[in-house]
Amino acid sequence: MSERLLTVNDLNVRYGKVEALYGASLSVDRGTIVSVIGPNGAGKSTLLNAVMGVLPSRGIIEFCGNNMGNVSIERRVAQGLCLVPETRELFSQMSVEDNLELGAFTRYRRGDKGIRATLDSVFKLFPRLEQRRSQMAGSLSGGERQMLALGRALMCQPTLLMLDEPSLGLAPLIVKEILNNISSLRSTGVSILLIEQNARAALQISDYGYVLENGEIALEGPSRELANNPRVIESYLGIGGVEAKIEC
Amino acid sequence: MDFQTLLILAQDAVTNSAIYALLALSLILVFGVTRVIFVAQGEFVSYGALTLASLQMGVMPGTVWLLLMLAGIAAVMETFRLLTSGAGQELPRSLATVLVPPLVIAGLVKVCTPLHLPLGWQVLLTMLIVMPMGPLLYRVAFRPLADATVLVLLIAAVAVHFVLVGLGLLFFGAEGVRTPPFSDAQFQFGFLSVSGQSLWVYVASSVFIALLAWFFNKTLYGKALRAVAFNRNGARLVGISPHLAGTFSFALASAIGCLSGVLIGPVTTLYYDSGFLIGLKGFVGAIVGGMASYPLAAFGALIVGFSESFSSFWLSGYKDVVVFTMIIPVLLWRSLSTVHYEEEE
Repeated sequence: MSERLLTVNDLNVRYGKVEALYGASLSVDRGTIVSVIGPNGAGKSTLLNAVMGVLPSRGIIEFCGNNMGNVSIERRVAQGLCLVPETRELFSQMSVEDNLELGAFTRYRRGDKGIRATLDSVFKLFPRLEQRRSQMAGSLSGGERQMLALGRALMCQPTLLMLDEPSLGLAPLIVKEILNNISSLRSTGVSILLIEQNARAALQISDYGYVLENGEIALEGPSRELANNPRVIESYLGIGGVEAKIEC
Repeated sequence: MDFQTLLILAQDAVTNSAIYALLALSLILVFGVTRVIFVAQGEFVSYGALTLASLQMGVMPGTVWLLLMLAGIAAVMETFRLLTSGAGQELPRSLATVLVPPLVIAGLVKVCTPLHLPLGWQVLLTMLIVMPMGPLLYRVAFRPLADATVLVLLIAAVAVHFVLVGLGLLFFGAEGVRTPPFSDAQFQFGFLSVSGQSLWVYVASSVFIALLAWFFNKTLYGKALRAVAFNRNGARLVGISPHLAGTFSFALASAIGCLSGVLIGPVTTLYYDSGFLIGLKGFVGAIVGGMASYPLAAFGALIVGFSESFSSFWLSGYKDVVVFTMIIPVLLWRSLSTVHYEEEE
């Protein structure tokens, strides 16, 4: 039986009087990719932001067996929980290399000596970043910015990497490259919680999936089963359903 | 105006500009990292000079009591925060961090004050007393308001300024002081005679600015501070605590202010409230830099120094009016040439 990494139980988030997430429960096991799909405004980003501590929430969030209730964002990062938000949140006026080095800030504070080796492995995964290492992050293309956001998150050697819409606004070829990169991360031992509007792609690279609708978990199951669910096909996969595969 | 007068005015201008540049850099750093327009920055200048003067007279400076008072308030606030957030196990470490350094410094000052130590040691003691006030002020006055708007933070900064000026009057009285120079040497360069103290100001300011440039560009902690200034949310997501960055930027602000006071103490008579005007001139330099660019702020500080020096020759009664009026065309130019965004409430 695989080890439970993240447990979210009965999570509620409000924006003022509006309830954005209610009673959401999910879990992520070590070494797996879990996807959360759903329409716009379903509460997917809210879910990740609440797990990261960016938004205040009610409910239980346990990471590696520890309650994250009063834990600050910085400590969550130090414990191996990393979020790549939809907005990337890069340091645009700093170089690619500086952005990546800052990704390892918590490791640097701990006196970790392996930061240079991680930087090399990130450059191996994203060779384009190495070519642009002295370039300002703000001058990168959309795809390169997404690679940098992923690379920066990998620099902190996360145990669980949470990705919010990594394919958003990218050209199809770049989406394919990014999704291949995400899929290849599984072999490095990083677990991934993936939020994606591109439901087909998300279900193809993940092991388990959740469908979030109107702030609630409406469906869940192994990704292959979800991809064959008539409701999922009708609402999220459209014509072709599970047969219309993307090349990953 | 003859050539010799021109050189003397230029020399004055460069001396003052060096100090304004340091203060402008510090204002930009604090604003970038914490969004606080730190009006009270100048108080560290007068506290630095007046604390050094007290030590030289063999009197225990009143700023030591302020340091202990701030540490006490910060300790109470930390205790309340940790107990209410259920993190009581962190209390001993947190209290030790807040209380032990000020107590050790106070003890050291008590022992050293009657000894009439050499000037270098007195300067070090002055820095030890004034520098920790920055982080403690941040903890007491600004950290609880970390998520407030820039306007609220500015109001808090103005309040801190008034409190520090009032306490300055209480600790040091209304008399001005001029500390003895670091060096009595005079150097002759052609027509120009440069005092050893002016050289101290140039060298110390240049070295400090070079050290800051190295720190911000070459060390990960410096880059982390810049990262917080550029993108607070992004910085948190890589594990950089905005509170830690705020504490550090205020420590740098108090160190820069104190160093400036110690350097100009022998050149100009400083009163308990002189720091405000000096800080405001640094602020004009920072405004020229758009509160964001360090090189432009240093350039702005040069403009401030030169206009102050030359207007004191031609329009001595209006020299401050000239300096502060400069801010109007700069603001006009900036407001016409930059895109405006509403601050998120």
